[in-house]
Amino acid sequence: MSRALVPNETLANALGANEFARELDARGHEVIRSGGFGLAWLEPMLVIDGQAYGPVRDLDALEEVALGPVDEIPAIARQRRIVFDRCGRGDPMDYDPTWLLDQLRRPPREIIAEVRVSGLRGRGGAGFPAHIKWQTVHDTPAPQKYIVVNADEGDSGTFADRLIMEGDPFRLIEGMLLAGHAIGADKGIVYLRSEYPLAARIFAQAIAKARELGLLGNFEMELFIGAGAYICGEETSLLESLEGKRGEVRTKPPVPAVAGLFGQPTLVHNVISLCSVPGILRMGGAAYAEIGVGPSTGSMTFQLAGNIQRGGLYELPFGLSIRELVEDWGGGTRSGRPFGAVQVGGPLGAYLFEEDLDTPLTYEATAKLGAGIGHGGLVVFDDTVDRLQQAHFAFAFCAHESCGKCTPCRIGAVRGKETVEALAAGEYTEDKIAVIAELCDVMEEASLCQMGGMTPIPVRSALGIGK
Amino acid sequence: MENDSAIRELASACVGQTGAPLTALRRIMAAHGHIADGHVGIVADVFNLSRADVRGIVSFYSDFSTTPRGRRHIRICQAEACQAVGCRGLTREVSAALGLGLGETSEDLAASLEGVYCLGLCASGPSAMVNERIIAHATCEDLLP
Repeated sequence: MSRALVPNETLANALGANEFARELDARGHEVIRSGGFGLAWLEPMLVIDGQAYGPVRDLDALEEVALGPVDEIPAIARQRRIVFDRCGRGDPMDYDPTWLLDQLRRPPREIIAEVRVSGLRGRGGAGFPAHIKWQTVHDTPAPQKYIVVNADEGDSGTFADRLIMEGDPFRLIEGMLLAGHAIGADKGIVYLRSEYPLAARIFAQAIAKARELGLLGNFEMELFIGAGAYICGEETSLLESLEGKRGEVRTKPPVPAVAGLFGQPTLVHNVISLCSVPGILRMGGAAYAEIGVGPSTGSMTFQLAGNIQRGGLYELPFGLSIRELVEDWGGGTRSGRPFGAVQVGGPLGAYLFEEDLDTPLTYEATAKLGAGIGHGGLVVFDDTVDRLQQAHFAFAFCAHESCGKCTPCRIGAVRGKETVEALAAGEYTEDKIAVIAELCDVMEEASLCQMGGMTPIPVRSALGIGK
Repeated sequence: MENDSAIRELASACVGQTGAPLTALRRIMAAHGHIADGHVGIVADVFNLSRADVRGIVSFYSDFSTTPRGRRHIRICQAEACQAVGCRGLTREVSAALGLGLGETSEDLAASLEGVYCLGLCASGPSAMVNERIIAHATCEDLLP
């Protein structure tokens, strides 16, 4: 009897994985529902006795899509999978807790020190050094401290949080428990977007399993499902939402590490930031810091999306160029037309063009372009991309998703959208461009959060307006 | 789940949980299909909030609807990764076939069409959902009845 790994992952399921699993089972295979490897163009990808097949369309024609041994697929072998090392390799509920239990006996300051030495920075967008938040929560006296995981992965072009929560939920549980132990928090809540129902089911199952294994001790772990608001990915909006309110952003300071959920010190981290911690403790902070370039240490879970031939998740050290990712890993556009643009770092990220493609993917180099690396998503467009239309969308999206609390964002986005519409209608005058440039300045300088503050980035880059 | 006492019971079961009013509203959506005027008062009462507070929450989150959705609820991703592979054209096509714009529901409640921002299948777009079913590489035929 052969052993068949069939991904139980949203994309693979959308492309027929559930049906293949049933059919393989009926044919007498031992079927294991695993995580996905993240190679979107090969999904559904089945691994039968170590041999990979994909994209599978017909179980009777597997040889036509044979990929060889799974570990020899270049798109997997050439990655540096630290966060995703286990993902795809077996039943995610089949978890051996020995290593984690050992780590949880280490003194908290030792764990914080490893995170400091590793140079880990937030993977959600802001890139803030993780250990500073950890130390702040640790050092702030309070009756209750929280860990809040930001799994409100709303950026278009990103799916790393979904893949890890569906494929290796115990990686996140490890990260949460280690962080909780280090900073002295005994309550952790995962804020997951409602658009990810499978991730919710699998993660809830993993929490139950962790409890059954005795991993949680007195740590309370909870899964909270959002209600469809992009702004709730902003950390203070997320905290308001967790308190059962409209997700309106808060003014900072105080930062959440000092006064977060219900006014208590709260470590808010993106999923991938926390999921990077087990790998750091396994190899040691110093070894982790050797990976990557300069202050951009470690691996980034890049996600290649949009009009791309070989899209998916590629976990790689920081520092490769955008061109390498788009051309070598991604194989260029899916439409076969010439490359047009790439938006780096989600809806609040910059549109970059041919001349920018040799920029290395690091926090520093993208910042120099006025861009950002965001959550690691890159959305590729072919040469039919309409820059004016994309600038219009950036304003329209902001108008749609703005929480409405501050004026620059609430009104600026609407005025920006109208002004781009006037431009598109042929009223192309210098003064319209000047209005847009001024709106961008105001939104950037005066918005309460990054929603209004960063919407000017895609607008300016799409229209070629300098600062 | 039509009557008020069932709705009240459903909301009361959430008391004490993190973010309880949101969870209660989500469960009402699941049970009833939309949040009716009367439900707002019940939720306000159960959580000791004003009706204005509850209306504020309902209007803030796009998952909450105050009107019934169609039996075939079609959601098409409108975000950048899907724009790059033709979601605008797909939306126009579906919209014309159904005679519905984004955010509209047919009078007989047979279908409703809505935009969504990202389903997380960004390398395999355009992405869409029909009721609970998620669709990658969506075409007009996949979405229409």
